[in-house]
Amino acid sequence: MFDIVGKRLWFFSIAGIVVIACVISLLTLGLKAGVEFSSGSVMTVGFEQEVEKEDLEEELAGLGYSNVIIQNVGEDEFLVRLPRLSSAEKTELETDLTSVFETLTVREFDDVSEMVAAETTRNAGIAVAVAAVGILLYIAWAFRRMPHPFHYGVCAIIALIHDTVVALGVFSIFGGIFGWEIDLKFVIGILAVIGYSVNNTVVVFDRIRENLTRDTRVGFRTVVNNSLIETINRSLNTSLTTLFVVLALILFVGTVIQNFAVVLLIGVIAGTYSSLFIAPSLLVVWRGGERTRTAR
Amino acid sequence: MVRRNSLVFTIVLVIFVLALLVVLPIDEGILGKKGVQLGLDLQGGIHIVYQADLSAIEPDQRADALDGAKAVLENRVNPLGVTEPLIQIQGEDRIIIELPGVDITDKEKERLARVDLLEFGELVSENETAKWENELGKWKPAVAEIDDEEKVLTSRYFKTNTYVGQDNLGRIELHFEWNEEGSEISEQVTSRLSVGKQPMGIFDGDEALRGESGRPVAPAVQSTIVDQGVITGLSLTDSTRLSSQLNFGRLPVPLEIIYDQTISPILGSDFVGMSVKAGLIGILVVMLFMVLYYRISGLLASLALVFYGVLVFAVFKLWPGFTLTLAGIGGFILSIGMAVDANVLIFERMKEELREGRTLGAAIEAGFSRAWTAIRDGNITTLIVCLILFWLGSSIVASAPVQGFALTLAIGVVASMFTAIVVTRTLLRLFVGSALARRIRLFSPHLGRK
Repeated sequence: MFDIVGKRLWFFSIAGIVVIACVISLLTLGLKAGVEFSSGSVMTVGFEQEVEKEDLEEELAGLGYSNVIIQNVGEDEFLVRLPRLSSAEKTELETDLTSVFETLTVREFDDVSEMVAAETTRNAGIAVAVAAVGILLYIAWAFRRMPHPFHYGVCAIIALIHDTVVALGVFSIFGGIFGWEIDLKFVIGILAVIGYSVNNTVVVFDRIRENLTRDTRVGFRTVVNNSLIETINRSLNTSLTTLFVVLALILFVGTVIQNFAVVLLIGVIAGTYSSLFIAPSLLVVWRGGERTRTAR
Repeated sequence: MVRRNSLVFTIVLVIFVLALLVVLPIDEGILGKKGVQLGLDLQGGIHIVYQADLSAIEPDQRADALDGAKAVLENRVNPLGVTEPLIQIQGEDRIIIELPGVDITDKEKERLARVDLLEFGELVSENETAKWENELGKWKPAVAEIDDEEKVLTSRYFKTNTYVGQDNLGRIELHFEWNEEGSEISEQVTSRLSVGKQPMGIFDGDEALRGESGRPVAPAVQSTIVDQGVITGLSLTDSTRLSSQLNFGRLPVPLEIIYDQTISPILGSDFVGMSVKAGLIGILVVMLFMVLYYRISGLLASLALVFYGVLVFAVFKLWPGFTLTLAGIGGFILSIGMAVDANVLIFERMKEELREGRTLGAAIEAGFSRAWTAIRDGNITTLIVCLILFWLGSSIVASAPVQGFALTLAIGVVASMFTAIVVTRTLLRLFVGSALARRIRLFSPHLGRK
């Protein structure tokens, strides 16, 4: 039988290194706010003939739109992030681009004012905060019958923070490389990761709770490790099925849903890791000196 | 026990058939017009939020002014031929318009919320600043002085009886009449311009109104015009559209676009195709995995997953006001992955029970009852997140994707609990007592390994 709890230092170290790397990436690269949060216009344009990103960049700079972010989102298809465009400016831009690159279709155009962006940012922030509080209350409730409810709650929260930081950090690396910006789909993804993370930890802890009442002869450490081994198939299988569908989203739907799907992909992997290798072992560390299970 | 299970199985079958009847017919495509209502991001279209500037209106008349603005917008939208436009007031000073499946030009979009649809202009003399510029020259607004006040000649002074007609040669004409104030301004302006038959330009926003030939409409003023006039040279479509928009008067308050999302209908239909593909492939891979890993149990879970898919779609169709968005599809596809979670929990539990030497029947019952707390507790977190997302969605302008995701995921989570606990269990129970039940490895292939 694997002794996961016994190798906890290894697992903690791996998690520690990843989290530190993610925090560094978050601090240096940061997350770039998309139009939904920072206002501006985004245009997805498609060309019938071959167009290089550099040519488009040069042409836009020539028209006075320097420092625009251009992302290649498909064959001869680009997402162009601009300052807010008025209707006249947009028409002019389209006419100019058509005269240079011939046939052009504007597949999507989004324009967000500062007022709406500020509102969205504020409300998304409130939602994330409320979600965090809601999950905390739920954890307190779910573990109320545990011998040390506080320990379980805190360990679940540490796992949750680990998953969220990893999801944010890895996304910021992608943001640095591909110019991805965060939007509402990203926020949805983060909240889904939070729900998923707690879900996984709850299942493992639920088993620990059950085993503690069942077998009183073995030590806490062994109970935790046994519970882990008993639930590891479930954790891996559920994560796999979720990863299958998330990968299907990334592969077949692509750019439009990439923020959501990529955050989930990272979050599911991080969540599986933390629910198996971090949260349960932390419980054991906390109960450190205790050789035997304390009475309930 | 066996008899009760047959009853439950029959009920499950009936629900399945009913759900299937709701989801079918598929002739228009599962996501077609007769199917689930699609959001703007999936069928293309326009979503604009206007902020009304009510500062010039008395506080007690603001609600009326906003209602008036909404009515004008409705009437300007109607000639565009949108099948299901949605125009509604949001809060105290905002109007939302959603035009699904529509693909209009920037010009038409801008015209929707313009206070003055048409403005009249004259050529500038030297050293004067121009408002418009085109191949015919530089133009300034045509102004008259009435009671010591400068007034610009615009379509706001048209009576609401504009109509499209034809002259003797069959050319399209747009007829209009000035109201009292307009007549005065027009009289002054045209009497000035008729000297030397100067042209009078007609402007549509920032640009000249252009006729069928593509040239700006700028007739030379022959004589003083007092009560009525005719605009010639426009195409039939343009004149018809303009005339109906002009007849609905001017907006009582200026509207500013604060949010605009325009998606081409072609792109929208691409998304539907892509997400159907992603969903189907996702389901198939999950099923394959379940069958390979859990054999007969996995096969039954896959059948339950088919049931799940049909049931969820039936709920989407029956849920009042339900609109499927791209994020909603994301939520649905994510819920497929999560839907099998309950099954996995139960099967793993069953395996342990079997290992302890129980019969299949006993293992099924113990597996389900022991796994229940974990299933319940695990799904509650997801439902909490859904609830919060739904609430977030109600407080922001771009509400459709956020609420769509929350609703589909929540429906998915509840449906998945039902299918795992009722459908899979009923299917498994059918095997209890059969010859197959003795070959326990078919239900739980990894029994020997530990």
